[in-house]
Amino acid sequence: MKKKLVIIGAGMASGRMLEHLFDAAPDLYDVTLFNEEPRGNYNRLMLSPVLSGEKTYEEIVTHDAGWYETHGVTCRFGEPVVRIDREAKVVHTNYRSAEYDALVIATGSAPFIIPVVGKELPGVVTYRDLEDTHAMIDAGIAGKDAVVIGGGLLGLEAAAGMAARGASVTVIHLMDHLMERQLDPAAGYLLKKDLESRGIKVHCKGATKAILGHERAEAVLLEDGTVYPADLVCMAVGIRPETRIAVDAKLEVERGITVDDSMRTTDPSIFALGECVEHRQQLFGLVAPLYDQARVLAQTLQGEAAEFRPVQTATKLKVTGCDLFSAGDFADGEGREDIVFRDPGRGIYKRLVLKDNRIIGIVMYGDTADGNWFYGLLKDGTDVSEMRDTLIFGPAFQGGGAPDPMAAVAALPPEAEICGCNGICKGQIVEAVQGGATSLDAVRAQTKASGSCGTCTGLVEQVMQFTLGDDFTAAAPACMCGCTDHSHEDVRRLIKSMGLKSIPAVMQELGWKTPGGCHSCRPALNFYLLAEWPTEYRDDRQSRFVNERNHANIQKDGTYSVVPRMWGGVTTPAELRAIADAADKYDVPMVKVTGGQRIDLLGVSKEDLPHMWADLNEAGLVSGHAYSKGLRTVKTCVGKDFCRFGTQDSTGLGIRLEKLLWGSWTPHKVKLGVSGCPRNCAEATCKDVGVVCVDSGYNISVAGAAGMEVKETEHLASTPSEDEAVEIITAFIQLYRENAKYLDRPYKWVAKVGLDWVIERVVDDLAGRQALVERFELSQSVYRKDPWAAHSTDRERAKWAPMADFTLEAAE
Amino acid sequence: MTQFVDIGALEDIPVQGARLVRTAQGCIAVFRTADDRVFALDDRCPHKGGPLSEGIVHGTSVTCPLHNWVFDMNTGAAQGADDGQVGTYPARVEGGRVLLDASALPRHSAA
Ligand SMILES: Cc1cc2nc3c(=O)[nH]c(=O)nc-3n(C[C@H](O)[C@H](O)[C@H](O)COP(=O)(O)OP(=O)(O)OC[C@H]3O[C@@H](n4cnc5c(N)ncnc54)[C@H](O)[C@@H]3O)c2cc1C
Ligand code: SF4
Ligand code: FES
Repeated sequence: MKKKLVIIGAGMASGRMLEHLFDAAPDLYDVTLFNEEPRGNYNRLMLSPVLSGEKTYEEIVTHDAGWYETHGVTCRFGEPVVRIDREAKVVHTNYRSAEYDALVIATGSAPFIIPVVGKELPGVVTYRDLEDTHAMIDAGIAGKDAVVIGGGLLGLEAAAGMAARGASVTVIHLMDHLMERQLDPAAGYLLKKDLESRGIKVHCKGATKAILGHERAEAVLLEDGTVYPADLVCMAVGIRPETRIAVDAKLEVERGITVDDSMRTTDPSIFALGECVEHRQQLFGLVAPLYDQARVLAQTLQGEAAEFRPVQTATKLKVTGCDLFSAGDFADGEGREDIVFRDPGRGIYKRLVLKDNRIIGIVMYGDTADGNWFYGLLKDGTDVSEMRDTLIFGPAFQGGGAPDPMAAVAALPPEAEICGCNGICKGQIVEAVQGGATSLDAVRAQTKASGSCGTCTGLVEQVMQFTLGDDFTAAAPACMCGCTDHSHEDVRRLIKSMGLKSIPAVMQELGWKTPGGCHSCRPALNFYLLAEWPTEYRDDRQSRFVNERNHANIQKDGTYSVVPRMWGGVTTPAELRAIADAADKYDVPMVKVTGGQRIDLLGVSKEDLPHMWADLNEAGLVSGHAYSKGLRTVKTCVGKDFCRFGTQDSTGLGIRLEKLLWGSWTPHKVKLGVSGCPRNCAEATCKDVGVVCVDSGYNISVAGAAGMEVKETEHLASTPSEDEAVEIITAFIQLYRENAKYLDRPYKWVAKVGLDWVIERVVDDLAGRQALVERFELSQSVYRKDPWAAHSTDRERAKWAPMADFTLEAAE
Repeated sequence: MTQFVDIGALEDIPVQGARLVRTAQGCIAVFRTADDRVFALDDRCPHKGGPLSEGIVHGTSVTCPLHNWVFDMNTGAAQGADDGQVGTYPARVEGGRVLLDASALPRHSAA
């Protein structure tokens, strides 16, 4: 008598397992195969080509009726197993039962559905099986709007598939970049760019709040208020192992059904494999390891000893035209080194992570031809120290000859392209050098090589070195930081000329040498991007220095000081009362008047900040920005209303300027002063911008300093009209925002560009001045917000407190 | 014996940011990197006590907000020319939850 084998789930894993079993021992078992889907085994991976219309269902069936018949499999398709009776060794469906000697659970996993309002509306689908695929196709989405929630492997395949059917698709992804588990930010950026070039919108850092609609899904609402219209919503946010029947049968289940190395569960007659299992605390979501499990289980079922040992798996995205490859661990870590290669012109990015001279991680985008070769080195743990210098160039450059990068350059034919942006080949550079261009600048001037994005600079230098020999010494550029060879000025210029709109975009296109930058370049990039693209760029809070991130000034003991804004230094009894109340309520150890005529509440704990802000907000006070790289204060004197010497309303002008300029981000802090007469009680002539009112109008001077350096301002312009004074000052600030290097105060910047250059632009050129003012106002329409208000909501407040507190438990 | 306790959801920590865990012996900063790994370090910079939790996180390093010392979060060692060390604690992420080694918490060391 044959033994009875029952299998629950006709998926990828059980299908492969049956093949192995019948190949080796066709007569060992009578097999009954249950499946919840009304069909047998098919290639689930190929659902995407079915979705996009490149394949039909018939083409992806792996086991047809004939196959089951030949092998004597009793098929129970469309009949989910609802209960396992371990005592009696019987499984039950709603119609019948089946006895077993051995039972295999291969139920795969179930898509995760985020619990938002509207999730059950018609038109909301998941992506797992043929039904889901047909739901998307049948929605007739050509020309309609589809939203995919989740920018992982599955979500992107769904998006590409629907786009191929003519839908207009938006992908909402919670994280900073797509496929964050497989890709680093640089590769994620390239993928996003690729998808966008085929018309798929990508919204990263987007949290879904609700699905809107009456009869059926109509739109998706995000936490940030964005609404995307959607005739169809596909949720592809993740999966969890389908373990319900195993849990009910009291098998050991953690996240998945626990199995040992032979794929046996805690019941010796019951086995499990596929996405529903957990093996040594690990879950599996790709087929490669499941196929290994299938082989092991087939052997186990034949009574042979076999052990499942998971190996690293590699991932590719099956979206035509998006070439990516990822394997292993590509995070930064101790003792890990990166080899990064970027070719922005061709959209290529390759990164190898090495540890102890072995490859432990691979991320490739754009050119994945060598992926499997690298993957082989990774799996075998090959020592790569011998070929390190040329490793990134792949197998073609290995073997033979010394692994010398100069040799690689020497071996290039004259027509090999060196500078992708300008199409300059090696021969042209060699010619220029032989013609007398011995410095990089000279080569650049003659050939344009490395003159655009500049990422080929190193390569150009190598060509020069190879041509000139020892006569060549590369100039040390004043670069932004250790992460890049570009200077601040270059980076600013390239952000604009190349239309770079995110930090990963800058890092990729300009060839950053570190995967994610450092504390010195990130804040600078964040500022450059928001100054250049105020309406498109989204501020990256984590790239900000603590004072700007927490909207308060950090003190030496880690507490903060809070400085409410007092326009022009003027306040009211009511505001003073609110400040005094806040000082009492939050036990402020010191209340001090600052040098900029504001009141500083020192010594506030981080946790109290949002509560204090809420109180101050209620009294009409807003954030002081007393800490930001932005407008700090406008100091004023009392002016003509009260002072017997005053010539103009200096207080009023100060208030007007502060209300106009506050909230804007600048390369460094900016302070203003307005005095009502040359007695200069507001000390306006050592500020970044100072106004001294005189009988005939307003004298505007700029570029003063009263810090590490003390410097008097220089005269910028005089005007009889207050309006014009305000306009000139605004234009000056905007010019500074658009041109200065991050962390240069105006006096340093003016010294570099020359005061005449500034006067030409903000005083003489009227149209230019107005354009500067307009750009400033556009930016202010986005950034003139009180950060206190945004962060004192209940929801936000919780984030300012510790996430866990164990002091209380200790006291018990 | 390491025994991990759940301190909250990974989502509660901003990407490239940190949150605090308060213990009787001082605060522990729990960091989340760009690729969703977590590290737990004492929240006191050995230089002058700066709160590391407020530093800028880059790769698996964090820069102290007070005077820019940089620490490798794997080891807690100061990088470059600076010489210093902060305590580190085993931490990991499981099913979207952040787990911290409980034996590191005073509750246990006090017992
Ligand atoms: C669209 C798509 C594309 C993918 N692309 C890739 C890829 O490119 N590369 C890759 O490696 N992986 C890919 N995957 C993942 C891969 O398909 C899965 O890892 C694999 O199918 C899991 O195999 P399995 O046998 O464990 O489960 P499944 O193949 O999911 O099969 C489980 C079966 O069990 C049935 N079942 C569940 N409960 C019961 C019950 N109580 N009674 C009876 N039957 C039940 C289910 O209906 C299902 O048919 C993709 C997945 C999808 C959905
Ligand atoms: S600067 Fe002139 S107007 Fe202003 S307070 Fe002093 S003396 Fe009076
Ligand atoms: S306190 Fe951390 S660097 Fe000084």
